[in-house]
Amino acid sequence: MSSDFDRIAVVDVSRHYGRRKALSQVTFTGGAGDIIGLLGPNGAGKSTLLNILATLLSPSRGRVEYGARTATEAGADIRGRIGMLGHDLFLYPELTARENLVFFGQLYGLDQAVARAEAALTRAGLAERANDFVSGFSRGMRQRVALERALLHGPRLLLLDEPFTGLDQASTETLVNRLRECQASGAIVILATHDLDIVDGVLSQAVFLQNGRQVGEPAPGTGLRQRYREAMTR
Amino acid sequence: MMRAFFRVAWIVVRKDLTVEVRSLEILSTTLFFAVTVVLMFSFGLVVDGRPLNDVAAAILWVAIAFSGTLALGRTFERERHNDTLRALLLAPADRPALYVGKLAGILLLLALVEAVLVPLVGLLFAAPIFVNSGYLIALLAGGTLGFTAVGTLFAAMLVRARSRDVLLPIMLYPMTVPVMIAGVRGTAALFQPTPDLAVAMFWIGLLGFFDVVFVTLALWTFDPVMTD
Repeated sequence: MSSDFDRIAVVDVSRHYGRRKALSQVTFTGGAGDIIGLLGPNGAGKSTLLNILATLLSPSRGRVEYGARTATEAGADIRGRIGMLGHDLFLYPELTARENLVFFGQLYGLDQAVARAEAALTRAGLAERANDFVSGFSRGMRQRVALERALLHGPRLLLLDEPFTGLDQASTETLVNRLRECQASGAIVILATHDLDIVDGVLSQAVFLQNGRQVGEPAPGTGLRQRYREAMTR
Repeated sequence: MMRAFFRVAWIVVRKDLTVEVRSLEILSTTLFFAVTVVLMFSFGLVVDGRPLNDVAAAILWVAIAFSGTLALGRTFERERHNDTLRALLLAPADRPALYVGKLAGILLLLALVEAVLVPLVGLLFAAPIFVNSGYLIALLAGGTLGFTAVGTLFAAMLVRARSRDVLLPIMLYPMTVPVMIAGVRGTAALFQPTPDLAVAMFWIGLLGFFDVVFVTLALWTFDPVMTD
């Protein structure tokens, strides 16, 4: 059975750490081409939810469906359809940009990992810096390499944790354009962010979280910042 | 299936060795620490050029245990620094293969440390390291594998724990006491003026048993403990 899917459903997902509730009864769905924002203050449960979606954490209650199957039913292959860009970028500073991408390409069992890495570096505008160590890169350059690492295997589900942190305007625009390309290619993008002004107009759906709980989405029509404020004061 | 398993393990080992060759961070700190331990003990426990009975074996294994703990901590600290362990776990590869890759990398580093440590112990404590060297290599290999198999699992589990530097030895040493005892007693049997090969063989066999148990348990539990 193929591990691909074109729909993701988060159904009544809760996650507890001992007695502390990090996430409580969160429910939403997304389809191919959706960009979904997880919005909320620090400690709202956004990263926990991303980790559950990435199969790095199991929900204490509820389930996540990738198409018709849960992660347990789909097995390890489902991870080959998920790409994640964490806040810490997931790159080895002692390796060059090319070595990082080739390493992850090979780990994912991709054919022609070297050629794919070269193409990814060209897309990131870093072909000339391919042999430079990542430790010498600026935050924006590292972010571009990290995004290409997350996209190297053509994931259906792309998870991004605070992807705009520390980026200048040009890098932010590049990242937004790249997300739109992913959207056009049929990926489901889920991102956790505080940068409401950047993602306003980009998101096809917003999930507001506060203290681990999903708070109702105010009626659309106003700006995202206004909707966020209304959601958080309910 | 097995080919894919070992391919992933090899990719991880190769990456770890590339990073280590460039930084020499773990090898240099571990080696420096191990040599310092042996030197300090040699000043205290060798009197008039004669060491106390069985002390060479104990000091060799103390140095291996301490430097091994240091290597385990540093290896996973490197994976924690940019959260790369999560990136490894996200790959659609068998997670036990990732464990085997990390284990093999640490074993190679410790083998290099032991290649310096054993001659140093032989020199400073007048230990007959070249007599029955096959038995000695078997003891070192079995003991290091048992210690590192448990240590790699615990170090990976603790990578996001705040008190990981405190918790690793607290969890690791009680679990690996049987391995350390077997290593010390087997090595002591070899370092006697008249080596007792039967006793050494007994401890080598016991180490082999521990290795099978520890590696099997670690392979079995690595995936579930890393998911939650």
